[in-house]
Amino acid sequence: MADKKSRLHIPQPTARPGDKPDFSYLDLSPAGAVDKPSIDSRTRDIEYLSSGLVRVLDDDHQAVGPWDPDLDSGKLQIALRWMVLNRVFDKRMWQIQRQGRISFYMEALGEEAVSVGQGMALRPGDMCFPSYRNQALYMYRGMSLVDMMCQCLSNTRDMCKGRQLPIMYHSAKANMFSISGNLATQYPHAVGWAMASAIKGEDHIAASWLGDGATAEADFHHAITFAAVYQAPVILNVVNNQWAISTFQGVAGGERRPFAARGLGLGIPGIRVDGNDFLAIYATTLWAADRARRGGGPTLIELVTYRGGAHSTSDDPTKYRPKDEWQDFPLGDPVERLKQHLISLGHWSEEQHEKLEAELTEEVTAAWKEAQQYGTMTEGPFLDPSTMFDDIYAEVPHHLESQRRRMTKVEGVNGGGSDS
Amino acid sequence: MSQMNMIESIRSALDVMMDKDPTVVMMGEDIGHFGGVFRCTDGLQRKYGDHRVIDAPIAEGGIIGAAIGMGLNGLRPVPEIQFADYIYPGFDQIVSELARIRYRTCGEFFSPVTIRTPCGGGIRGGQTHSQSPEAIFAHVSGIVTVMPSNPYDAKGLLISAIESDDPVVFFEPKRIYNGPFDGDPEKPAKSWAAHPKGEVPEGHYTVPLGKAEVVREGNDLTIITYGTLVHVAEAAVEETGVDCEIVDIRTIAPLDVDTITASVNKTGRCVIAHEATRFGGFGAEIAARIQKDCFYNLEAPIRRIAGWDTPYPHAFEWQYFPGKKRLVAGIRDIMEIE
Repeated sequence: MADKKSRLHIPQPTARPGDKPDFSYLDLSPAGAVDKPSIDSRTRDIEYLSSGLVRVLDDDHQAVGPWDPDLDSGKLQIALRWMVLNRVFDKRMWQIQRQGRISFYMEALGEEAVSVGQGMALRPGDMCFPSYRNQALYMYRGMSLVDMMCQCLSNTRDMCKGRQLPIMYHSAKANMFSISGNLATQYPHAVGWAMASAIKGEDHIAASWLGDGATAEADFHHAITFAAVYQAPVILNVVNNQWAISTFQGVAGGERRPFAARGLGLGIPGIRVDGNDFLAIYATTLWAADRARRGGGPTLIELVTYRGGAHSTSDDPTKYRPKDEWQDFPLGDPVERLKQHLISLGHWSEEQHEKLEAELTEEVTAAWKEAQQYGTMTEGPFLDPSTMFDDIYAEVPHHLESQRRRMTKVEGVNGGGSDS
Repeated sequence: MSQMNMIESIRSALDVMMDKDPTVVMMGEDIGHFGGVFRCTDGLQRKYGDHRVIDAPIAEGGIIGAAIGMGLNGLRPVPEIQFADYIYPGFDQIVSELARIRYRTCGEFFSPVTIRTPCGGGIRGGQTHSQSPEAIFAHVSGIVTVMPSNPYDAKGLLISAIESDDPVVFFEPKRIYNGPFDGDPEKPAKSWAAHPKGEVPEGHYTVPLGKAEVVREGNDLTIITYGTLVHVAEAAVEETGVDCEIVDIRTIAPLDVDTITASVNKTGRCVIAHEATRFGGFGAEIAARIQKDCFYNLEAPIRRIAGWDTPYPHAFEWQYFPGKKRLVAGIRDIMEIE
C-alpha cells in the first residue's frame, strides 16, 4: 500500500533516535527584533507578531528591545526562585514515582518560565484554567508543596480525596481551576468564565493553557471562536514544546504556519514568543492582559519551548526522539538564561544559585517528610473510601446513600460492586 | 392561573427565573433575536438584553463548554441545544467536565448549568431531529436528567432545575409542545386548553426534581413512562378498559424508585413505555429495579414497549413510534398471563 506515488503527506520529525537533532524548521528572530505595538492595535496591523518570535534576552544574556519589561532585580530573583523550585520539586517527585511511592507524575523540565512568567504577569483575581504542566502556577499562586504532594499521594490531606490522578490539583482560593485528563476541555471554560466576568462588569480576565498537540481538539476551535465572537477578556496560551508524547508538533498541524496564527482568521491577535525567555513571556502576557482588561478581547500566545523530559512517567522519550535533542534546542534552558541574565546584571552569582538550589531542595525534602505523615499509598492514615459517594450531586441522593451503606457494611470498606 | 401550552410554560419559567435572579443567562442557536426555533425564548432578549439571552455560534460543544465556564464564575447558565440530536458535539463537555467538576474538586468548584433541549419524534423530523437520548445521560453519574410530560410540570421542573446547583439535562418532548398527543397522528391535534395540566400559575413555583407522579390510579397493572408516552398510555388504558396505574417518572435520574416499586408491588403487573430505542434503554434500568424490589409480587413478566432499535426513519415514523396499538397489545398480553 505505502508507495512512492502517494500524494498524502505524513508529517515526520526532523530527527528520530540516533539522528542528529535538527531544529532548522524553527523560525527564529533575534532578541529585540520584533516591534511592540500599542495594546489597542487592530489585529490586521499586528499580524507580524504571530510569525516573528518575541525575544528579550539575547545570546549575551542582556535584555534588549521594545518588549523588555524593565523589571527590577528583586522581581527577577523571585522569578528565578519559583522556576528553580519547580525544577527541584519535579526532580524529587519524579524520583518518588520511580521508587513506586506515587503512581504517576509529569514534570515541566524546560518549560518552567511559562508558568512563572505568565503567573507573575496576571493578577490574583484573574482565573487560570491550567494544563498538566503548569504546576508552578499553583505554587506561585499559593498552593503549598505539602498540599501538592498530598494530592499526588491520594492521602488524608489530598484536596481531591483520592479521586484524581496525581498532579490534577485545584484551588478555588488561588483561582486555579482543576486539571482534566481530557485535553483542551478547559479552553472553552476559560472563555465562558471571561464572558461572565464581562457580563458582570468586572475587570478580571481568564487565562488557559494547552499544548501544541491539543490544538487539534475541537474544544480549542470552539474556544477561539467564542472568544473572538464575543471579544472575551481571555488569554489563550499554546505551549508549543515540540512534542505531544511521541508525535512532533507537525502532526498537530504546525508545519506550515505557527500555532500563534490559528486565531488570525477570526481576528484574534497571535503572539509567538520565546517560551524559554522569562522576560519576553512576562511582557507579552502583560500586553495581552492589559488589552483584555481594556476591552480589546482575546489574545492567542504561542510559547515556543521544548519538553526537556518525558511526557510523563509512563513513556520513554529515547524511543521516539534523539536522546540529547534538548541540548541542541536553539532557545536553551529557561532557568539557565534567567540566571545568566541576573549574573550579568551583577545581582546573582553561581554561589548564590547553588545555595538557592540547596535551600529549595531542603524545602522540598521537608515537605515530603511532612506530606507522608498524612498517609502514603502503603501506610496509613488512609482516606475513608465511603467518601467516594460524596460530591457527585450537591446532596447525596438515595441510591448513592444506599450504595455507600452496601459498600461499607456488606462488601467491606474496601469496596465492591453494588446492585442496591 | 393561565392556560399555557408547553412552549409558553417553559418561556414563563425562563422569564420568572431571569426576572428573579440576575445571574441567570441563556445561550443557544437562534434563541435571541429570533426567539428560538420552537419559540421557547421568544421576547426574552427584548426584555433582558442581549448580554443575558445570547445568540451563539453553531457549535454545541462550545455552547456547553462556555456555559460551564460561566457557571464557574457565578452565573446560572441555561443553554439551549436546538435539538437533542445536536447535543453530541458537547457530549465530552457534559460527561467529562460538567458532571464531574464538583466531584473532582470535592465541592470547591461546581457549575449549575441547565441544558434545555427538545427531544422525541412525531414531527416528521427524520433521524436527526427525533431522537430521545435520555438513557445516555442517565447513565452518567453527576447529571440530573429530566423529561416533563405537560406544561405545569415543565415550568415547575425547569425552575427547580435552574435553581439546583447540580447540572441538569432538561429534555422537552417537542411533539407535545402544543398539545397532549395520544399517539394517533390521524386525529386532529388537541391543544393543552382542555387538559388540567395546561393550567399554569404565572409566577414562581416548583415541581421537585427526583419525584415521580402517579397520573392515574389503578389496581391491575402499572405503566411506567415519561414524556410524550404518558398521553399515549392514557389513551391505551382507556381503550383496553384495564384498571391501570400510570406513573410519570418525570425525572429520569436520580430515579424515584419508591413510587415505582410501591405501585408495582400493589398491581403485580408492569409495562414500561418509552419512545427511545429499547436496547440499553432506560426501561431496562427500571425493569432491573422492579425485578429486585417487586419480584415476589410480580404476577407476570415485565414488558417493555419502546422504539425499535433502528434510527428514527423519516417516512416510517409512525411504524417506529411506540403508539397506542403497541401499548394496547402489550397491556392485553400482560393481563392475559395467569
